Amino acid sequence: MANRPGPVIYGRMTRPLPPEITGWFTARGWCIHPHQQAMLERADAPCQLLIAPTGGGKTMAGFLPTLAELADGTHRGLHTLYVSPLKALAADIKRNLTGPVEEMGLPIRIEDRTGDTSSHTKRRQRADPPHILLTTPESLALMVSYEDAGRTFTGLRRIIVDEIHALAESKRGDQLMLALSRLSTLAPGLRRVGLSATVEDPAAIARILARHPDPCEILEADPGPDPDIAMLTTSEAPPWSGGGGKYAIPAVLEQVRRHRTTLIFHNTRAQAELFFHHLWLANEDQLPIGIHHGALAREQREKVEQAMVDGKLKAIVCTGSLDLGIDWGDVDLVIQVGAPKNVKRLVQRIGRANHRYNAPSKALIVPANRFEVIECTAALEAVRAHQLDGDTDHTGPLDVLCQHILIRAAAGPFHADELYEEIRTAGAYADLPRVTFDRCLDFAATGGYALRAYDQWQRLVQRPDGQWQLRDPRRAQRIRMNIGTIVDADKMQVRYQRTRGGAPLGEVEEYFASMLRKGDTFLIGGQIVRYEGMREMVVEVSRTPYLKPKIATFMGTKFATSTQLSDRILAMFRAEDWPELPGHTREWLHLQRKVSRLPERDRLLVESFPHDGREHVVAYGFAGKNAQQTLGLLITQRMEEMGLNPMGFVATDYATLIWGLDPLDDPTPLFSRENLVETMEAWLAGNAVMKRTFKASALIAGLIDRNQPGAARKTGRQATFSTDILYDTLRKYDPDHVMLQITRAEAMRGLVDFGRIEEMLARIGDRIDHARLSRVSPLAAPLFLEPGRVPIAGAADQRMLEDEAARLMTAAGLVSERA
Amino acid sequence: MNDLIFDFFGETLHALPSGALWWPGRRLLCASDLHLGKSDRMARLGGPMLPPYDTQETLDRLGADLSATGAREVICLGDSFDDLAASRDMVETLKDRLLGLMAGRRWVWILGNHDPGPVDLGGTHLAEHVLGPLTFRHIAEPGTTGEVSGHYHPKARVSLRGRSLSRRCFLLDDARLILPAYGAYTGGLDCARPELSDLMGAGAEAILLGPTPVRLPMPRRPR
Repeated sequence: MANRPGPVIYGRMTRPLPPEITGWFTARGWCIHPHQQAMLERADAPCQLLIAPTGGGKTMAGFLPTLAELADGTHRGLHTLYVSPLKALAADIKRNLTGPVEEMGLPIRIEDRTGDTSSHTKRRQRADPPHILLTTPESLALMVSYEDAGRTFTGLRRIIVDEIHALAESKRGDQLMLALSRLSTLAPGLRRVGLSATVEDPAAIARILARHPDPCEILEADPGPDPDIAMLTTSEAPPWSGGGGKYAIPAVLEQVRRHRTTLIFHNTRAQAELFFHHLWLANEDQLPIGIHHGALAREQREKVEQAMVDGKLKAIVCTGSLDLGIDWGDVDLVIQVGAPKNVKRLVQRIGRANHRYNAPSKALIVPANRFEVIECTAALEAVRAHQLDGDTDHTGPLDVLCQHILIRAAAGPFHADELYEEIRTAGAYADLPRVTFDRCLDFAATGGYALRAYDQWQRLVQRPDGQWQLRDPRRAQRIRMNIGTIVDADKMQVRYQRTRGGAPLGEVEEYFASMLRKGDTFLIGGQIVRYEGMREMVVEVSRTPYLKPKIATFMGTKFATSTQLSDRILAMFRAEDWPELPGHTREWLHLQRKVSRLPERDRLLVESFPHDGREHVVAYGFAGKNAQQTLGLLITQRMEEMGLNPMGFVATDYATLIWGLDPLDDPTPLFSRENLVETMEAWLAGNAVMKRTFKASALIAGLIDRNQPGAARKTGRQATFSTDILYDTLRKYDPDHVMLQITRAEAMRGLVDFGRIEEMLARIGDRIDHARLSRVSPLAAPLFLEPGRVPIAGAADQRMLEDEAARLMTAAGLVSERA
Repeated sequence: MNDLIFDFFGETLHALPSGALWWPGRRLLCASDLHLGKSDRMARLGGPMLPPYDTQETLDRLGADLSATGAREVICLGDSFDDLAASRDMVETLKDRLLGLMAGRRWVWILGNHDPGPVDLGGTHLAEHVLGPLTFRHIAEPGTTGEVSGHYHPKARVSLRGRSLSRRCFLLDDARLILPAYGAYTGGLDCARPELSDLMGAGAEAILLGPTPVRLPMPRRPR
């Protein structure tokens, strides 16, 4: 929150700042940034969006009008609500705001309220709220669900949404904006302020932030000097495949040595773990280096955060958990390991270095493999050209809407018409058709089933006066316990054995835990541990002297390369030569052009060749990993029908490699839009991705509950049944049910990403180039090293199970009595 | 049919892909833990409003097994209804469907821990039922032999080349047979958990349900 020294300008202000505040600035020889001043001048606007780079005094700009309005001590109750996407950020802001407010001697009470706040404090805050309350979207949704919400929020004047760019396109953001629609009813005249990092399309964020159809003023602060950003050159060329960046460790250590504090970003937790482990093995100088990511136990994370604040660390290996503007430590270098996948995120990460307004941030990108050299080069060009990824049009998802209806019901009776109008004041829901709202209300009330209704036991009932209310008021507690839109895979805690103190280490996904056998070693918290067993729902491990984990925790990245980056790469391929690329990569591309050809943006390159006794097909769709994966599933299905006997495939952000028994003569029918859509429809039916998507939406919409009142710990039996069964049942008996519609819509833009396939089909048209080769092409070669190969399922599952059973029965000396 | 055929106390029994047990020697079909009316009960108790088609789904499945086998006798091995109200409030069409399945067959309701006791559906209500060498009861009792029971909703998890597969299963050792839950919305208990792993003797086997049931040594936790 530091402001650089400079001349103090107060002259243009329409509303003078109270002397306590101006005095405080003057005493420090600080001035008010132009954008902070602009925010003050226009503080009466119904909605303001400030776009400023990290370290630009953004938060102070958001709070100054509040401090000015509260300075005379006459306001009673809540005045300003501050919402941030991270608990840690709320706590950080509290620290950084309370200091100045005390020094200014202002009569302002500031408190935070997150999942970590005690229930006693929370109750007190509802009855007697502070002037400024710092919270998260989930905690706010919870507050809105109480019957006394009206009283709590009386007098609320301003709401500040920090890091709104991080919320804008997420369900957390949608939930927040629905809560705001409620607040605007409870506290008429409420003004909204959004604080955002640099984004491509501020108007899109403004649309989401403003109360529809209010206008939103957009203020763009001076973005500061361009970042000093480059690719980290190493003596050793990057490997052909893989995502870890292990080859670059000596060069990274050298950079850590030369800087005060370095943040080393990775795209996944697993990669961060592996990198940290290898970093320590190579860390001969014993440089103090820590690791920070969301799967680590809270105690572990807090230790690292504290060490960082105290300036005790030279470097932190981290993931998205440090993406947002938490202001700690004196970071002067950011290293991004692995291609950043999207330019926006890269820019925001770079912003973490040199948290001072007028100094350029310094960053280095480490490509993890040969293809990423190209991707990183494209990303660097995009950053230099100030071209971020565009925001897609965002329509509010219906599962979040269903949850909001339940939250509204928990707060008391409501008229459907009024709620509908209120919801449409949230930008993402402005175009919500009444019939869709009614379906969601029906779902919340009765389950929304076509063939049978829970007449007697429905959740919401309509009173004689037409208002909807909970049938059983006790239901409110259950609704509150299930607020939230973040659905994680089922996680299990990892701890040391009780005999070794039982210290928590972090979490692993349940399916990962289920694969472990006693004695298996794996990485967590930068340490290699040995699996000892499962106790209750906890994975118990012990220390191990081994240096190499037996089980790799590689789980790939959930981020697909953005459309803009893919386009830039394809544009690069059109060049005659690539002087900007390192020699090894340059030669690689030249060789590809000589042997086959390079992919182009408005054509689809399909290569086929025999290799290792099998036939292979590669489709360079550049549609991002999720879409290329879906493409793999659809194409193999089609090939199966054509009798080409596909056996499996693997997908990356730029291509899908398929192997099978028979050669492909003509790829054209495989990629016709009609064929793909038709296959898609059939495939959606029993697909595991759809079932996973269904589960997430079912939890958010309230079809099933995550938590129930007074529930004991899972006992195993009957406690849970697979949501797959619900999905299958609905498909069979109620195929038009709203939950299935939601699932489809989610899948289209999420893991299935059929949208990107359609985009690809539109740009390639019927321009498909088939290169029949005698052997593997240079561009295809790395695909053979790619993890995450998908066998063609169907009969395969059953056959593998039967083989395993036969092996086990023989091993156990039992003879199967199968007839 | 893709049954898995095995011997148990001198009798030839079939594990059906649906989770029912077929005893051709007696033309008897046995299914455990139907939990009819489960979705209704959950809604009634203020829980989630699940797709209310589970009872229909379970009865459809049972109907298919009855016509495929031509069973003359049926044993429902307990927890047939999720509770008293579930049997009382059964929708008319579903009750008719169930009565249709019962018509012309000897039908035995074994008492389970969820069951309310005799209901107005006809059939014989018994705590346990002895037929030749086999004893049918809901919950396994230690120290018995030739026992066929349910209650635990057993499931087994198998690792296949780095992938893990979990399916409902029969459990079998030289004293007892435990049936999987037959109801549509029934969860399961991993057979590696002590409740089951301590109950089943050494050399116990699991028969995993699927398109074709598969028999393998019962997975246990490494000790």
